[in-house]
Parts: sequence; C-alpha cells; structure tokens
Amino acid sequence: MELARPYVAAFSARFMLVLQYRAAAVAGFATQCWWGAIKVMIYAAFYRASPSAASAPMTLAQVITYTWLAQGFLALAPWTTDPDIALAVRSGAVSFDRLRPVDTYSLWYARAAAWMTSRAVPRAALMFLLAGIILPVFGLSEWSWKLPPTLAQAALFAMSLVLVVALASAVVMILNIAVVVTLNERGVNYLLSPFTVVLSGNLLPLALFPDWMHRLLFLQPFAGIVDIPFRIYSGNLEGREAFAGVGLQALWTLLLVAGGRAWMHRVMQRLDIQGG
Amino acid sequence: MNALRLLRRYMSASVKAQMQYPGSMAMIVAGQFVTTMLDLVAIWALFSRFGSVDGWRFGDIAMFFGLVSISFAIADFLTRGFDVLGTEFIKTGNFDRILLRPRTTTLQLIGHDFRFNRAGRLLQGLVVTIIGTQSLDFHWTAPAIALALWTIAGGVALFVGLMVIQGALAFWTTESLEVMNLLTYGGVQAAQFPLGVYEKWFRNFLIFVVPIACVAYFPVLAILGKPDPLGAPSWLLPFTPLAGFLFFGVSLLAWRAGVSKYTSTGS
Repeated sequence: MELARPYVAAFSARFMLVLQYRAAAVAGFATQCWWGAIKVMIYAAFYRASPSAASAPMTLAQVITYTWLAQGFLALAPWTTDPDIALAVRSGAVSFDRLRPVDTYSLWYARAAAWMTSRAVPRAALMFLLAGIILPVFGLSEWSWKLPPTLAQAALFAMSLVLVVALASAVVMILNIAVVVTLNERGVNYLLSPFTVVLSGNLLPLALFPDWMHRLLFLQPFAGIVDIPFRIYSGNLEGREAFAGVGLQALWTLLLVAGGRAWMHRVMQRLDIQGG
Repeated sequence: MNALRLLRRYMSASVKAQMQYPGSMAMIVAGQFVTTMLDLVAIWALFSRFGSVDGWRFGDIAMFFGLVSISFAIADFLTRGFDVLGTEFIKTGNFDRILLRPRTTTLQLIGHDFRFNRAGRLLQGLVVTIIGTQSLDFHWTAPAIALALWTIAGGVALFVGLMVIQGALAFWTTESLEVMNLLTYGGVQAAQFPLGVYEKWFRNFLIFVVPIACVAYFPVLAILGKPDPLGAPSWLLPFTPLAGFLFFGVSLLAWRAGVSKYTSTGS
C-alpha cells in the first residue's frame, strides 16, 4: 500500500484539478447531447424503414442506450496524448519527473487515468440525468438510456468500465512516449484519432459493421474501449462472450502496459531535454 | 488599395507563413481528409446492413454530404479571424488596433489568416461528391452544375454567417464560444441525412432557425431531380440557398451590434 501512495496522490490531485473546469464540462456535454440526438434519430430511421432490421445483431433500444453511453463516456477514449506531458516535453519539465524517486511510467499512467476519468464522470452523470431520467419523464422513453437488463450484466459492466480506464490509459501512455520521441504531439494526435473513432465503436457500434468483419473487430484492442463495455451494459454481449470481452480488455491492457514500459525504458536511456 | 487587392496581399502573407512548415501542413491536410472521410464509413456500413431508407440510397447521402463539406471547408478557410476573435483580439485588447485602421473590421478579420490546411476537408467533399455521382450513375448537366455552385455559395454564406455570429458573441463573453461548434461541425453532421429522418422539432430548426437544410437537402433534391417526400413545392427548391445569404445578412447585423458594444480590455 505504501508503495502505491505517490501514484494515488498523483491521481487524486489531477482528478480534483481537472474537475474544476466546469465551463469545459458544460460545453462538452452540450456537444455530446447534440451528437447523441442526431445519431439516435438516424439509427431510429434505419431501423424503422428497413425490412432487415429484425435480423440486425443489436436491437434499436440497445443501440440507443449504447449511443448515449458512448457519448457520456466520450472522454474515456484515448483521443489525444496527455496535454500536460506534451507541454512537459516541450518545456523540458520531463527532467523533473525523471528526478522524482518514483517510477515515471506509473506516475504518468496514474495522471493519464485521472485526466480521463475526471472529465468523463461529470459528463456521464449529466448525460444520464438527461437521457436516462428526463427523457422518460417527458414520455420519450423509447429514446432513452435504459438500465442494464440484469444485475449480472451490471456487475460485469462495472468491471469492464474499470478496465476501459486501464486500457485507455495504457494507449495514452504509448502516445505519450511517442511524443517524447518526436517532441511534438500534433502528428501523433492526428494519426491516432481516426483509429480510435472507428475501431472503438464510437462512430458506429462494431456489431453493425458487415458480419464478416465482426471477429476481427472484436479481437483488436480498441474494441475494449467502447464496444465491449457498452454492449455488455445494454445486454447485447452476454454469457461466455461477455466474459471473453472482459478477458480481452485485461489481456490488451497487460500487453500494452508491458510494451509501453519496455519502450519507455529504451527511450529514457537517451533522453534529450528541451528548453533552457 | 482596393479591398480585393488587399485581401490578395493578406492571402499571400498567409501562404508564406504556412508554407514554413510544409511537412506539418501535409500531415494536417492528410489527417483531416482521413478523419472527415470516416463519417462515410459509418454511412456505408449502415446502408450495407439495412439497405435503403425510405427510398434514400447511399449515393444520395454522399451527395448531401459532399456538397455541405465543400461549403464548410471554404467558409472555414475564410473565417479563422472570427474563430479566434475572443482569445486573440478581445481578451488581449488587440481589437483596438483593428478599429484604428482605415478598413472595415470584417475585411481585416477575414484577412487575419487563411487556413490552407482546410484543403483536407475540401478534398474530402470533392471525393465524396464523386463517389455519390458514381454510385447514383448521375450525369452532371450544365444546369445541375450551376445549381451545385449556387448551393455551395449559399452554404458558404451560411457557415460564414455562423462564424460571424460566434465572433459577435465574443464581444459579450470575451471568450471564444466553442459551443458554436455544435452548429458548424454539428450542422455538417446533420446535413448529411435527408430531413425526413429527423423529428419535427429538429426539422423546423434546420429549416427556419439555422437553415442548413436550405443549403444542402432542398437544393440537392433539385439537382437530383427528386420531389421532396415532405411536400416542399418543387419550384421552390432551387431558390432555398437564398436562405444562406439571408442568414449571413442577419449575422452582419449581430456583428454591428457586437462591435458597438466593444469596450477595450487588456493593457
């Protein structure tokens, strides 16, 4: 426990700091509501009009719940590098982090996890208030964010959501190290976000892509960031497949953390410090 | 020096500045092309699973999407100054300098910066339009091309209007309002689909409040020679892009009100 203390402290300090930016949270929330509403209306139109809707791998209600969840928890996805790390690389403050008597990888990992969760928590709560409570009260329950179908699914989702943070932070760490190498975050950010948006299932639930792609899409690491947890929540991924999904999230997290650590070790052997 | 020559001067300065980093520029253009193209992946996947929706096919959607992307790319290219007005001009007090020069504020803000990296989105719009053309086996006649250019002009006017309003609001908030991205980026998103898929309140918003449907959905119907399933009279469709210019006019009134409200900040 004593060993984890500096990292827990780094996590909570960053968490409380980011939580202060209320205007950013409100602006983000408004954007996500707009996007969610458009998506929900479009999915509803496809399901309403198409004769093949009955055989689709997800029901409309599941897709709608999935869409609100994906919008509410948008900040949990690894869109960009940690802005603080990019700044530290440019200003040379990386050297301070190297001098601290703690493990740099774990420190940055804890900070990245805090940065993501602290932006996601208020927005997800607001989103649930709107899509889960206010919409049904106004008689729009067919458009609403529904609760998980069973307690078992809810429990599995809770576990899966924790793994989302673990996995996404591991991805962000790979990017952070790439920034240390390239000294600029813009290129790395431009390169990553197209992958994140498609492969995570943020653009479209992965189950709605053509059937022959499903296995491949399920196995790749980004599925564990949006598609697996939110399909578990909506009851679309159950039983053995759900457990397999959670297992994949854990496996990818371990692999990415191991890979990130090894790469960081190599990069830090020869570090050029910027600034002056 | 007349206004057009001055703008050309501004533009060549912008080109020179941005060409200092050709690698970064190429990467941003490529990244933007790929990112904006992704929406088409989702549309393609939905159509390949569900077939057509109320008679709309993949190609129709590509036409809506392509033209609105081109409009937005051009507007975005022109309006960087309004986008950063709050942070770079009002908060810092730099707007004083603009007021002192013997040219209009709007001209100077347009000249502030031309973002050539918006070529990524422009290219995406063109490619998506070509994909739509292929998919529908559509033949571009001279009237169709003229109508498309007119539609794009209306769309540019509308999106520039939105950016001018965003700028004008900064006179009250002293902060660039990112919430306006809802109407610009979100508007492009909403314009991709036929109006009929939306609920009534949202349709009315897209026709009468921020008339994005008038610079995408309605005129594209006229280009494709389709009747409007919602019952808008066919003779009216080619005139709808006028609403974009009307919106631009309203935005200039808002701009005037904003400038007259300006009190200097900074030191």
